[in-house]
Amino acid sequence: MELYQKTIHEIAADLKAKKVSSVELTKATMAHLKAVEPKVQSFITVTEEVALAQAAEADKRLASGSNITPLTGVPLGIKDLLCTKGVQTTCASKMLEGFKPPYNATVVERLNAAGAIMVGKTNMDEFAMGSSTESSYYMKTKNPWNLSCVPGGSSGGSASCVSADQAFASLGSDTGGSIRQPAALCGIVGLKPTYGRVSRYGLIAFASSLDQIGPMTKDVEDCALMMNVIAGHDEKDSTSANVAVPDYTTEMKKSIKGLKIGIPKEFFPEGMNPEVTEATKKAIDQLKSLGAEVHEISLPHSPYSLAAYYVLAPSEASSNLARYDGVRYGLRVPGENIVEMYSKTRAAGFGPEVKRRIMLGTYALSSGYYDAYYLKALKVRRLIKQDYDKAFEKVDIIVTPTVPNPAFKFGEKTDNPLTMYLEDVFTISINIAGVPGLSLPCGLSKTGLPIGLQMIGKPFDEATLLKAAYAYEQSTDWHKRKPSLKEN
Amino acid sequence: MAFEDYEPVIGLEVHCELKTATKLFCGCPTTFGNEANTQVCPVCLGLPGTLPVMNGKAVEFAVKIGHSLNCNIADYSKMDRKNYYYPDLPKAYQVSQYDKPLNYGGYLDIVTKEGTKRIGVTRAHLEEDAGKLVHAGGKSGRLDSSDYSLADYNRGGIPLVEIVSEPDIRSSEEAHAYLTALKSILLYIDVSDCNMEEGSLRCDANVSIRKKGTEKFGTRTEIKNMNSFKFVKQAIEYEIKRQAAVLDKGERVIQESRLWDVTENKTKSMRSKEEAHDYRYFPEPDLVPIILDKAYVQKLKVELPELPGAKRARFEKDHGLTAYDAGVLTSEQELGQWFEVGAKLTKNPKGFANWMMGDMAAQMKEQEKELQDLKFDQKKLAELVDLVDAETINSKQAKEVFLALFNEGVSPAEVVKSKGMAQVSDPKAIEAAVDKVLADNPNVVADYKSGKQGVIGFLVGKVMQASQGKANPKMVNEIIKKKLDV
Repeated sequence: MELYQKTIHEIAADLKAKKVSSVELTKATMAHLKAVEPKVQSFITVTEEVALAQAAEADKRLASGSNITPLTGVPLGIKDLLCTKGVQTTCASKMLEGFKPPYNATVVERLNAAGAIMVGKTNMDEFAMGSSTESSYYMKTKNPWNLSCVPGGSSGGSASCVSADQAFASLGSDTGGSIRQPAALCGIVGLKPTYGRVSRYGLIAFASSLDQIGPMTKDVEDCALMMNVIAGHDEKDSTSANVAVPDYTTEMKKSIKGLKIGIPKEFFPEGMNPEVTEATKKAIDQLKSLGAEVHEISLPHSPYSLAAYYVLAPSEASSNLARYDGVRYGLRVPGENIVEMYSKTRAAGFGPEVKRRIMLGTYALSSGYYDAYYLKALKVRRLIKQDYDKAFEKVDIIVTPTVPNPAFKFGEKTDNPLTMYLEDVFTISINIAGVPGLSLPCGLSKTGLPIGLQMIGKPFDEATLLKAAYAYEQSTDWHKRKPSLKEN
Repeated sequence: MAFEDYEPVIGLEVHCELKTATKLFCGCPTTFGNEANTQVCPVCLGLPGTLPVMNGKAVEFAVKIGHSLNCNIADYSKMDRKNYYYPDLPKAYQVSQYDKPLNYGGYLDIVTKEGTKRIGVTRAHLEEDAGKLVHAGGKSGRLDSSDYSLADYNRGGIPLVEIVSEPDIRSSEEAHAYLTALKSILLYIDVSDCNMEEGSLRCDANVSIRKKGTEKFGTRTEIKNMNSFKFVKQAIEYEIKRQAAVLDKGERVIQESRLWDVTENKTKSMRSKEEAHDYRYFPEPDLVPIILDKAYVQKLKVELPELPGAKRARFEKDHGLTAYDAGVLTSEQELGQWFEVGAKLTKNPKGFANWMMGDMAAQMKEQEKELQDLKFDQKKLAELVDLVDAETINSKQAKEVFLALFNEGVSPAEVVKSKGMAQVSDPKAIEAAVDKVLADNPNVVADYKSGKQGVIGFLVGKVMQASQGKANPKMVNEIIKKKLDV
């Protein structure tokens, strides 16, 4: 096995035992990254210089033997909507081409403090709007399991780089499924923490009340390791919660005997891909055999999630993205007067999906429509949240498929945005309710594409999610499969 | 229709910058007048990914304003985004308050010639200030003729409280009185510098007129860019006349924003409502609601200083001042405090107040001095008041003593002593002087006796002259009369 194919917990042991230095590891990872990058295209920016400088620092730390964390010296990918000081941060938009933030996102600061290495900024759907990473202005990221398929999105590059061993793990962000759906499509583990669990400071906002940063990793243990570093209160984010963070790696290894699992009937609609249904059911049986109790439950308002989401998220986005006006940074297209400069800049800087959502949101917030759309959607949001509250009175976690289908081909859903929106039908209500959700591999389709299992937890109870996921993972070997990096 | 047949209906929106040390959502300082864009950070520049964090002190100041304007303080309040594009607004939305303002339903009592009037305060909400644009190049430095604009974000993010009055104001005088009273309160509770020139106090006026005796409001215009109380008064007066002229011509007032033009002394159309924004307010998702503890809100109320209205009433009652005098002395907190210390040192607080508002105010204005610059304290001024009351010196001499007191800080008693100016109140000495003057001026005496009583002033003047101003003028007057009237 090559060094770069290992997991974080494996390579951390090697680094600590000085079997390999961080510089050696970073160079090897970087060489592999570059070798496969033409095929996969995970990165908008590869940060080799930064990575090697960080690796040299990490080696000093490793040599000193103190202040070593499991992430010290480990190469990671960072989604290109997380601000990195002095390193281009584009949100995969032409609008922010060349934009170098003067500050680091809190999560980036925390990774830096832990001694992690940044190998690059990963590709994504423009401003995180999409489920295939096809709306990126820069490149099309391929699914390592089949290069003619999409990696999912919006954190497509963060998923593909981990799947293709270009990085040991990555950070993604999830507004309606943007971590879990690409994790499922690329056969890795992805966790969207509880809203408020991880600081959003420095995450370039799409929809502020739904966005959450989370880890994308090769296995559950790595996910727990990443959470240990990034979770926790941040005074720079008023919406980050001051709730104690447990040691996830310890919690994870506890037994799931007697764990109550809820299966919501609304998440197994008629006409769903039979391979996905099958894999999900098998996984549920597996959990049962590990000692979990299975209960059928109902989340009656979940069919309205998508509709509520496509009012709430675009409304917030229309306001969040208004600052890209050509005045202070990013793209500017000159005009005869200020209004013309605004229009020309925004017309040239944003792609069609971003424009569509800005228009949707602007309309929904307009005077005369606010009550009918935004206010109504807020009411639906409350009902969805109540569904989850009720369900969690009976069960500890909820298990569903992550996505209705495995990865699809390029261009398959770009003509009709609604078919693309349906990719998030199982993930979106989790963001609306603000609860945590995790996706992990639970099978392969006949054509060799990964299938994801979604586990949904109580607010701030990521530990139980990781525990269930770890138990399942340890009894299967889906996480050990490696992609072909070929076209099928 | 005659101008007098119209009744103006006026509401004021006052923006008051809070004097917190740091901005509303970040740690940048709020100092005025520093080099452009030196008091900025990623948060107040609205850089991608940044988030606001509420300044607790700003909430405290805002609640104090609410209390002092007799408002209800909301136990649940929230921030909203007001969306519009302008280069001085880096996020393209202003974080403000929409349907759940921090303070609502208050009032402010103003004093006018007609007496006390209560003006309703609809709301006083918290929001962030925008930056400032400098229109460069071109002829006038004005937007319409400039070549380009420069943006300065030092002001961006400074906390503001917007105080909205009910349309209860009926004249430019009342508007002026409202602003004066409001400013006085804001200074008393020490939450703002209220400096209109530096923009820490700004006022917009909504003005409409209607036929006297009718209920329905006319179409209103909003007047902006009035950066002194005087301009507010002038602009409102102009606007009332303009609207009356429009209606008299049988035309309709257009709902629009109008700019006060200082050079031409008129209001000018800015933009009509058709072009006005739909601000698309919605709750700010980056901040949590403001939920205030009742005990905390109560504590802030208890801690408020005595406000101008209460102090005015007390000065009238305790110190026998007229409403006008009490109003002047309570217009500024320091003035009131200075007076109160002095009032306790003399038996004649009214006399003390007269000196403060008369010669002392005049000298301070002329020499551009503030209370803290004075070379004397209340004790010395009280000494002067008592010297006059005891008739040790006359009022003319007192003015001279006051000048010495003001310019050099010398004790009045010492001035009187060193200049030997103690008033002569010895009847014998005065009688002698009077006798001499009467003897020297037989013609005038004759005039007086033939009925021209006005000439007595001339005689008094002569006696005063003879006594080098030291004679007690009252006694001189009395003695002359006594002698001539026999």
